[in-house]
Amino acid sequence: MVDTKTSNPQKTEENQIYPRQEEMFLATVKGKETVLPEDLYVPPNALEVLLDSFAGPLDFLLYLIKKQNLDILDINVAKITEQYTSYIELMDAMQVELAGDYLVMAAYLAELKSRMLLPRPQEETEEEDPRAELIKRLQEYQRFKEAAERIDKIPRLDRETFAANAKLPEFTTDTPLIDIPLEDLTLALAEVMRRADQSQAHLINFEELSTRERMTQILERMKTESFIEFTSLFIAKEGKIGVVVTFLAILELLKDSLIEIVQSEEFGPIHIKGIDEVH
Amino acid sequence: MENKLSEILEALLLSASRPISIDEMIKVFEDQKPSKEEIRSALNQIDEGCIERGIELKRVASGYRLQVKQSLSNYVAKLWEERPQKFSKATLETLSLIAYKQPITRGEIEEIRGVTVGTQLMRGLMERGWVKIVGQRDVPGRPSLYSTTKEFLDYFGLQHLRELPELPSLPDLDSIELELPIEPPESNENPQALN
Repeated sequence: MVDTKTSNPQKTEENQIYPRQEEMFLATVKGKETVLPEDLYVPPNALEVLLDSFAGPLDFLLYLIKKQNLDILDINVAKITEQYTSYIELMDAMQVELAGDYLVMAAYLAELKSRMLLPRPQEETEEEDPRAELIKRLQEYQRFKEAAERIDKIPRLDRETFAANAKLPEFTTDTPLIDIPLEDLTLALAEVMRRADQSQAHLINFEELSTRERMTQILERMKTESFIEFTSLFIAKEGKIGVVVTFLAILELLKDSLIEIVQSEEFGPIHIKGIDEVH
Repeated sequence: MENKLSEILEALLLSASRPISIDEMIKVFEDQKPSKEEIRSALNQIDEGCIERGIELKRVASGYRLQVKQSLSNYVAKLWEERPQKFSKATLETLSLIAYKQPITRGEIEEIRGVTVGTQLMRGLMERGWVKIVGQRDVPGRPSLYSTTKEFLDYFGLQHLRELPELPSLPDLDSIELELPIEPPESNENPQALN
């Protein structure tokens, strides 16, 4: 397995296992010499480095165009496509992991090339040269590539610009101390105690009683008794949890309009009854 | 006031490791707050006093900063053993796109650059405080809109975005089409002419 993309060019330079190390065109990495050997023998890692030195497929294309001493406006799509794909195929053969963007560009170029080969409609149409879009993209990209280079030249903090600093004098930040009346402190303590009281730890057990289950139980009981006293639904030995579960079950049933709650007189007993289906 | 205003301001500028604004300067005074005009004239004094010194007063986006004179920075740089990190092409291109075309979405950056912009790259720019999300574009997916910050300008010693180097102009597209060699119609059936 060839190792994946090296982001650090130095790593490759240290790597001595590849033959003809001296002839490696690492020079291109430095962006000065742009001559590629004709036979295109390239040590695998160098190719990765080569790609790493480009900011993307458009950058790479611009490089190929410049290498041919061509103006962007005069690009020969067929030739560029050929060159581009030969590089891509080479990388593929060397199992270099390629960014998908490079493949997208290869597909785009192939499509463009095929469009160039197709005869243009005879009628006088204002159809754009198929290359126009590519040219536009290259130019737009080149603009920002140049802008980036210009930005890179601006004096930067800690590179060309250094902020002047003086050692800070000894000082203490005076956060004023405030007198707190003892009474306030006691009150605060009482408040804390009260809260501590409330936040007793509760051990939450696995829900032994399920609300759903209780709902079913109530509905079943309703089959035999049409009128059930509210309090009789609660089973004391189930404790608080049982009460809560039963209550939740009643509320759920009420919400689903499966039961009705009735009270015949003020403060009188509350009963639940089923809703007649014939309603 | 027993201390001279310009001395106090110089102390503030030297102690802060960042640019400070006139408002911030005013805030440090308790009772007799100087006016903005007074601050400005004191800053002028400091600036004039720098003529024969190794430092200069520079105004950047977030305020004022005392810095080593640009002409002397070569000497200072030698003291710094570690060279500040170089930015990758990807970082610089992304940064310049955000700077010139803000607010801009990641998709728009990718369209021009022809490359996917890594999440890490964007996060890096945001962590450095140079780029921030200023909103969402109202299109499906609501992509974030990115802009540069004052810190970005500070870092490059600029006060305003308009001080950035001029963006290379895009050649007139109409003229391009004129320059494109339009093949004569008879060569249409002759594809190898393209090769």
